[in-house]
Amino acid sequence: MQSLPLFPEQASTVAGQVDALYLFLVLITTFFSLLIAILIIYFAIKYRRTPERTAEQIHGSTLLEIVWTVIPLGISMVIFLWGAALYFHIQRPPGNALEVYGVAKQWMWKFEFPGGQREINSLHVPTGRPVKVTLISQDVIHSFFVPAFRVKSDVLPNRYMTSWFEATTPGTYHLFCSQYCGTKHSGMIGEVTVMKPEDFAAWLESGKAEGSMAASGEKLFQQYGCTTCHRPDSGARGPNLEGLYGRPVRLQDNRVVIADDNYIRESVLNPNAKIVSGFQPIMPTFQGVVSEEQMLQIIAYIKSMADQTGQPLNNRSTPTQIRDTEVPNVQQQMQQDQNQKPSGKQP
Amino acid sequence: MSTAAQTVKPVMPARHYLNDNYGIRSWLLTKDHKRIAVLYLFSITFFFFIGGIFASLIRLHLLTPNGELFQADTYNKMFTMHGVNMIFFFLIPSVPAVLGNFIIPIMVGAKDLAFPKINLMSWYIFMVGAFFSLYAMVSGGVDTGWTFYTPLSSGFVHTNVILMAVGILFAGFSSIFTGLNFIVTVHRMRAPGLTWGRLPLMVWANYAASLIMILGTPVLAITLILLALERGFHIGIFDPKLGGDPVLFQHMFWFYSHPAVYIMILPGMGVISEIVTCFSRKRVFGYAFVAFSSIAIAVFGFVVWAHHMFVAGISVYSAMVFSLLSYAVAIPSAVKVFNWTATMYKGSVKLDTPMLYALGFIGLFTIGGLTGLFLAALGLDVHIHDTYFVIAHFHYVMVGGMVMAYLGGLHFWWPKMTGKLYPEPVAKLAALITFIGFNLTFFPQFILGYMGMPRRYAMYSPEFQVLNVLSSAGASILAVGFILPALYFTWSLKYGEVAGDNPYKATGLEWQTTSPPPTHNFDVTPVVTEDPYHYGAEEEVTVVP
Repeated sequence: MQSLPLFPEQASTVAGQVDALYLFLVLITTFFSLLIAILIIYFAIKYRRTPERTAEQIHGSTLLEIVWTVIPLGISMVIFLWGAALYFHIQRPPGNALEVYGVAKQWMWKFEFPGGQREINSLHVPTGRPVKVTLISQDVIHSFFVPAFRVKSDVLPNRYMTSWFEATTPGTYHLFCSQYCGTKHSGMIGEVTVMKPEDFAAWLESGKAEGSMAASGEKLFQQYGCTTCHRPDSGARGPNLEGLYGRPVRLQDNRVVIADDNYIRESVLNPNAKIVSGFQPIMPTFQGVVSEEQMLQIIAYIKSMADQTGQPLNNRSTPTQIRDTEVPNVQQQMQQDQNQKPSGKQP
Repeated sequence: MSTAAQTVKPVMPARHYLNDNYGIRSWLLTKDHKRIAVLYLFSITFFFFIGGIFASLIRLHLLTPNGELFQADTYNKMFTMHGVNMIFFFLIPSVPAVLGNFIIPIMVGAKDLAFPKINLMSWYIFMVGAFFSLYAMVSGGVDTGWTFYTPLSSGFVHTNVILMAVGILFAGFSSIFTGLNFIVTVHRMRAPGLTWGRLPLMVWANYAASLIMILGTPVLAITLILLALERGFHIGIFDPKLGGDPVLFQHMFWFYSHPAVYIMILPGMGVISEIVTCFSRKRVFGYAFVAFSSIAIAVFGFVVWAHHMFVAGISVYSAMVFSLLSYAVAIPSAVKVFNWTATMYKGSVKLDTPMLYALGFIGLFTIGGLTGLFLAALGLDVHIHDTYFVIAHFHYVMVGGMVMAYLGGLHFWWPKMTGKLYPEPVAKLAALITFIGFNLTFFPQFILGYMGMPRRYAMYSPEFQVLNVLSSAGASILAVGFILPALYFTWSLKYGEVAGDNPYKATGLEWQTTSPPPTHNFDVTPVVTEDPYHYGAEEEVTVVP
């Protein structure tokens, strides 16, 4: 209870930029509030009611009206453009980000790294490297908020949201749920620990779990019987998933969608929402069967097949076998810039 | 007040709307807009103090970071019911249903509103809604937040969501009827000579708010019905487990609830225009600009709803459009503030109680409006969204703005409504206490929000305690500022000096009839030959180039 800080710590690359816009707005607000306050006080004193003087009637002034319409409009357009530019920066994760996956539920945060390391109500990240957090909720809407990073993203129960940041200063920072989510909303808090890259690498190494997310995903892929249809040699009842991730997919109604996280999740939970051209709607739903954590692992597995030279999705006769997936380990992944641009065109 | 000792003491008129008829029946079956306004006054004052008790308990609870006073569930119910009470049962009906109901028919020179029976029905519907809402509160409460976000509200909490939704649904219908009545009255029942260009700005502002009431409120009704259907019958609309979309709820909810902010603030702006002109003895500066800015706010207010959803998963491009439009809606509000300030220029200013509230409004609304620019700035909103910054911002607009305007208007028209004067020195003191208490309560919350304290937290991190203690201290001062008027207004009914027909020497038709007015407002239908606010003779009018 000793000091009275006015700002949260700045621990990400955007924190300074957000604070700059904030300070600009504080200046504008102070200026106009003082202007109005001083004018009111000055007029109230200077033109106070006295018996000698009567009020001078003034209709108005179109010139003044234009001035005090145009000047605020101009200032607000500057704020708008500044805010929009910053927003685009904050909302769009760079391609080379380290990926982390988060599942929110009443009332805890669970995170998993591609290497399989898991945390609860705690998130470790390195400095000097963008981190992209892919988030989903198991129940109601939550919100992922790290004040020191100046980032926030609602966490929805029906689709993946992403948030990214690049931490700058090692330390421990608050993680808050900022969307009211029921009884223990204020207890749905955690810590974000920012580490130097070498410390982070060591931390990851020490936390090695039984297998990477993709490896767990592959097990689930077999366990749930996905292999029955989604193998090149499975009689082509379902699309081959090799090389699928990040590529365009042509649907029955001729729409083309990109096979991203949300597409894959929807295809598992609600298979009839988007039928790939040339296939029958025969897949059963896995709603209520696959948990959100498992879903992320299955997606990681499908993603891990992205770089394999799979045949085009709509080609029914695919002779290639799925090789045993080489599981990307995190250290490797941290060094390589993953470029997953949609390449090639679909037939 | 100023001229109290000049001439003969004013006397109460022999017959007026208060003594025209006696007995509980004459009140409960009245079709007189003035009596209905008084019924509303009692109802919403009750809800204001209920909401105020919740607010006090919230501030008391937040004195310590670990929340020793209440269980988290209890705290969650507290802020939900504070919000529901204050918004749907106090702020939305405050100026329109009390002051507007009383004064607008008189301002346009009419004998009553266009549909007196619908007006009475709207009060009964309001009370039915109030009954449901109170029943929901005493039978276990609601803990969804006043925003009822799905799927939390539709599938997860175990409290009286449907009861409360029904209560709000009824309150919404009551405000649709009030809005309808105002619109028809303003169109059809103006006195001879009272052209649209001569309408008092109070009428313009309530007209604009009425447009929003009748166009926006049905969407709230639909949203609440869909919510109840999903909660009661598991029809999938918002809950993804049932095939719905939770963000759809937010779109529908804010499509009403953002314009509802303007339902709350526009009538308050109308009150300020009346008070500032009267106590500066000046025409309003730029009448047309002040009048049309109300309409502009009502129109633009409908296309900014998604600025509540910048981090809720809308596309970056639609976020840009909504941010841009949000700045557009800020401009007419700025125009009003500048015009009110300019109205004081070369005026003859007297700082009586209503004027103190009006000046308080201008200052606090300016801060409230300008901090809206922070929240509309996309990149900055990501950080301050759903923090105490938002709480501080809308309390500056809603309490610093609207409640100040409501109290200012209540003081201004109290002599007209009751025929009695309230004790001026105590009233001035109360206005000052309210102003100080308000700022001490809510200014620290801007800093809390930027520091990162999320809203709706029953427990918080210890570094936020200093600011929370300051805020709670302010709230106790603010409470005094709100209790005082309730006391001296009641006192004035019996002991107040007789006001006389026009204690402020104000223009406007309401001051040309007796205080309190007769049941039919005017003995002879007035004819209007002047612009509004014709303080001073026409020869003195100068036009600034």
